[in-house]
Amino acid sequence: MSQDKIKTAGQEAWVLIFICWLIAMAALFGSLFMSEVMGLKPCVLCWYQRIFIYPLAVLFLVGMFSPDRSVIRYTLPLAVIGLGFAIYHHLLYSGFIPESMQPCGEDLSCAEINLELMGFITIPMLSIFSYSVIVLLLLIFRKRCYP
Amino acid sequence: MKKNTIVIASGILFVVLFSVAATVYNSQKNSDINNAFLEKAEYLERDYSPRKGLPDAKVTIVEFFDPACGTCSAFHPFVKQLMKENRGKVNLVLRYLPLHNGSDVIVSILEASRLQNRFWQTLERAYDRRDTWIVNHTALPDRLWMQLEGLGLDLERLKVDMQSVEISRRIQQDLADAQELEVRKTPGFFVNGKPLINFGDKQLRQLVESEVRAQE
Repeated sequence: MSQDKIKTAGQEAWVLIFICWLIAMAALFGSLFMSEVMGLKPCVLCWYQRIFIYPLAVLFLVGMFSPDRSVIRYTLPLAVIGLGFAIYHHLLYSGFIPESMQPCGEDLSCAEINLELMGFITIPMLSIFSYSVIVLLLLIFRKRCYP
Repeated sequence: MKKNTIVIASGILFVVLFSVAATVYNSQKNSDINNAFLEKAEYLERDYSPRKGLPDAKVTIVEFFDPACGTCSAFHPFVKQLMKENRGKVNLVLRYLPLHNGSDVIVSILEASRLQNRFWQTLERAYDRRDTWIVNHTALPDRLWMQLEGLGLDLERLKVDMQSVEISRRIQQDLADAQELEVRKTPGFFVNGKPLINFGDKQLRQLVESEVRAQE
């Protein structure tokens, strides 16, 4: 009985991390598609967001196959910081933060919107979505599966 | 075991999706680009542009070049080879895009040599001896000058001719056309108005051969 319970919990933990990995992989390939195939040059803030999502694609992969569940200890901080950058970028995009405050080079403005999917979905929105789903799943993971 | 399969399959799926999407996107983009350039055909050639080949050849290669550009020089024999292989079918039109420092003066020398019917010889000589007159990516016309012996050029006349207003007007026109056609690097090739999108000798050969086939 209790053996079964442990097994189910393990299964759930694995699925949660697996979904996180899928999101990180989608973000990785999606961002590479936009920069390398579509030729959209990433601005400084885009780079900071990349810095925190790319390692997640590797860490979740390793985490799926580690017997312990400490994966959350080193992935959650990355995801939270990345989410911070994504929110900041979105505020810049939507004009909440004035342009004088933006930390970007002259040649590539972070406030300039260069892609809108279906008319309203911007790149920072996709970034916020990916990061917040990852953070949410990790919090669920911590509550249910992390001892 | 089953988890391994799922993870590996997902990983492969990502890579496959990426490649397929990239291929579809690129082919779509290429056809868009080709259509866009069809409307810009007027910028491709000017009456004054140096031209090589038979006038009734059906395929025309337009090359934007900089005499001080190493890749242009390295590509020149290859372009000649392509013309030789498709003898009578392929024309070459040269356009100036002097991007290096001092390169515009070299272009003036080339243009002035045309008045003495020595354009292609002078260009070959400039390419052959580029080591002597290009220092730190800067073209030094005085040094090229010393390499022009033996081409049958009247150098005194050349010196006068190269100051002409018409020549600088042509250079300005070519630069403006290059901007219009979005050529920012040399050599920039167009074959029958279609830009060479992915740069390379194989790609150029493919483009030329497909145009030659299309005209047969």
